[in-house]
Amino acid sequence: MNEVELLNWVRGPGLNIAIGIFLLGTIWRLFEIYSLGRKKDLSAPRHTAGASGWNTIARRSLAPPGMLKRSPISYIGGYVFHVGLAIVVFLFAPHIELIENLFGLSWPALPSQVVDLATVVTLAAMVLVLVDRINKPVKRYLSTVEDYFTWAVTFLPVLTGYMAVKHLLLPYTTMLALHILSVEILLVVLPFTKLFHVFTLFMSRWYNGQANAHKGVPV
Amino acid sequence: MSASLDKGVAVLKEMIDAPIASYFESCVHCGLCAEACLFYTETGDPKYTPIHKLEPLRRIYEQEYTLLGRLAKLVGLSKPVTDDELEAWKELVYNSCTLCARCSLVCPVGNDIVYMVRKFREGMAVSGHAPDGLIGAVTRTIEIGSPMGVKLPAVQAQMKHVQDETGIEIPMDKEGAEYMVMLSSMEIMNFPEYLGAIAKIMKQAGKTWTLCSTAFEATNAGIQIGVSDLAKVIVNRIVEGAERLKVKTVISPECGHAYTALRWDGANLIGRPYTFKVLHILEVLDEFRSQGLLKTEGFETTRMTFHDPCQLGRRGGVVEQPRNLMNMVTKDFVEMDDPGKYNWCCGGGGGVSANEEAEELRLEVFKIKKRQLENVGAKTMVTACANCRIVLEEGLEHYQMDIPVVGLTELIAEHLAPDK
Repeated sequence: MNEVELLNWVRGPGLNIAIGIFLLGTIWRLFEIYSLGRKKDLSAPRHTAGASGWNTIARRSLAPPGMLKRSPISYIGGYVFHVGLAIVVFLFAPHIELIENLFGLSWPALPSQVVDLATVVTLAAMVLVLVDRINKPVKRYLSTVEDYFTWAVTFLPVLTGYMAVKHLLLPYTTMLALHILSVEILLVVLPFTKLFHVFTLFMSRWYNGQANAHKGVPV
Repeated sequence: MSASLDKGVAVLKEMIDAPIASYFESCVHCGLCAEACLFYTETGDPKYTPIHKLEPLRRIYEQEYTLLGRLAKLVGLSKPVTDDELEAWKELVYNSCTLCARCSLVCPVGNDIVYMVRKFREGMAVSGHAPDGLIGAVTRTIEIGSPMGVKLPAVQAQMKHVQDETGIEIPMDKEGAEYMVMLSSMEIMNFPEYLGAIAKIMKQAGKTWTLCSTAFEATNAGIQIGVSDLAKVIVNRIVEGAERLKVKTVISPECGHAYTALRWDGANLIGRPYTFKVLHILEVLDEFRSQGLLKTEGFETTRMTFHDPCQLGRRGGVVEQPRNLMNMVTKDFVEMDDPGKYNWCCGGGGGVSANEEAEELRLEVFKIKKRQLENVGAKTMVTACANCRIVLEEGLEHYQMDIPVVGLTELIAEHLAPDK
C-alpha cells in the first residue's frame, strides 16, 4: 500500500469503520452504565439555593478554594489542553469543512495562525501534564498503562495534524494519512477507555450534585 | 474463594448502581482527591488517595458489568478480588477514611467518592474485613442498645442527676410531646451537660418534649461499619419509639453520624418515608432563635471558633445555623480556613475513633486541625458533635494545646436569659 492508497483507505473505509465503532461503542457503553439505575431517596429533602445537579455540572469546572494552589499544573495544564483541543478540533477550517461534508453542519473558523498557536500551546500543555503525571507521587502511583496509552492516542492526532499542515518530516500526503489514521484510533478507543469521561463526567457531576442537593448542600 | 468472600463480592455487585458505574468511568486518575484528603495531605503517602481506596470495587464493577471486563474475565485476563487483597484494603477503607466527603466536593469530574466508600464497606463487613473496634460497637448497639454499652438505668441515673441539678423535670415516654430528644452514648457517658442544656432551653421556649425508654441512643455504628441490615434495626427502634409516642419531631443530638443515619439514611433503610420530622438540635435552636423563643444574655469574650462536623455541614446542610447561634453568645467568633462545607475533618469520623488500629494515624492527621487552630489563634473550640468533641480533645491533648472544646448547645444553655 503506497501513501495515496493509505490516504484513500483512511478517508473511506477506515473512517467509516472508526465512526461506526465509536458510535456503537458509545451507545453500548452509555447503556451498560446508566441502565444500572439507582434507588429513589426516600428521606425528606432540604432545599437550598444553588444546590442541584445542573449547578454542579457548571460548578465543577472551576477549582474549589485552595485547590489551584495545591495542584496548579493539574488545573492550568488541564484547562489549557482541554480548551486547546476544542479549538483545534472544532475551529480549524479543514475540520469544519469535513464536518459539513459529513453532517451538513458548519460554523465560522478561526484564522489558521490562531489555530497554529493553539496547537503548539495544546501540545506543550499535554507534555506538561504528562511530566506532572510522572513526577507527582500521587499521579504516578495511580497511573496505569491505560493512562499513558490514552495520553498518546490523544497527543498523536494533534502532533500529526500540526506536522501535516507545516509539511514537517514526511511528505504531506503521508502525514495527512497518518493524521487521519491517528484520529480513527482515538475514535475507536474512546468508548472503551478513560477517555469516555468526555460523556460520563456530565452525568457524574449531575448525580453528585443532585444527591447532595437533596441534603441542601451545593457541591 | 471462601464463603465469606463469595458473600462479600455478591453484596458489592448488588451495591453497584449507575452513579458508581458513572463515577468509575469518569475517573481520569488526576489525583486531585488526594489533595482534599487529610490522610494524604498530612502523611504525603499516595496510598491514601481516596479513589485508590476503591480499587477492588472498581475491578468488580469492570469484571461484572462491562462487556470488555466480562470478556477479560472469561479468558482469565483479569485479576479476581481475593481475601488477602480485601484484608490489605481494610486500612484504606476503614482506618484512613472518616467518610468526611471532602474528596467528593473537589473531584473535577464530579465523583461522589465517599458514596462509593460507604457502599464498599458493605462488602468489606460481610466478607469479614471490618475492624474489630467497629464490630464491637455494632454488636453492643444491637445487643445492649448503645455502642458504648450504655443501658436505660444509666440514662435514668443521668435524668435524676440533671433533675436534681436544674430542678426541671426530665420527661420520659410522654405521649404526644412535640419533640423526642435523642442522645448519643458519648453524651450520656462523657458530656452530661447536654441533657441539662436541653431541659433549660425547652423550658424557656415553652415546648413539650420527651425522652424515649426504648430509643434513647441515636448513634448508628451500622452506618459506619457498613452493614445496612443492622443499621436498619437501629433506626427502626427510633422510628417505632417516635411513632409510639406520636411526636412531631425527633431531635438528633450533637453527633454527626447519628444525624446522617437518622435524617438521610433512615427512611431508605426502612423503605418508607417517616411520619415525623427529623432535625438536628442546632436546627431546632436556630428555629427557636428566629421565632424569638431562644433568649440569651451576655457574651463570651475569649476568641472562639466553630468546627463543622462533616456529617452536619458538608453532608448534612446545617451550616448557617451554628453561625447564627455562635453570634448570639460570642463577641470574638473567628472562622478557621475552609469553614462550612469545606471544613477539614477532626480525623475521627466514620467509625475511625472507635477503631484502635487507626489511633496512631488519627493523631498524625490531626496536624491539619492543629494548624487551622494556630492560624486563627482561637482559645476555645466549639462544635456540635460529641464524637468530634472527644477526638478534638484527644488530639489537642496529644499536641499539648490547652484549648477547651465545648458543645454549642451547652454554650447556648449557659447564656440562657433567666425566667422573668
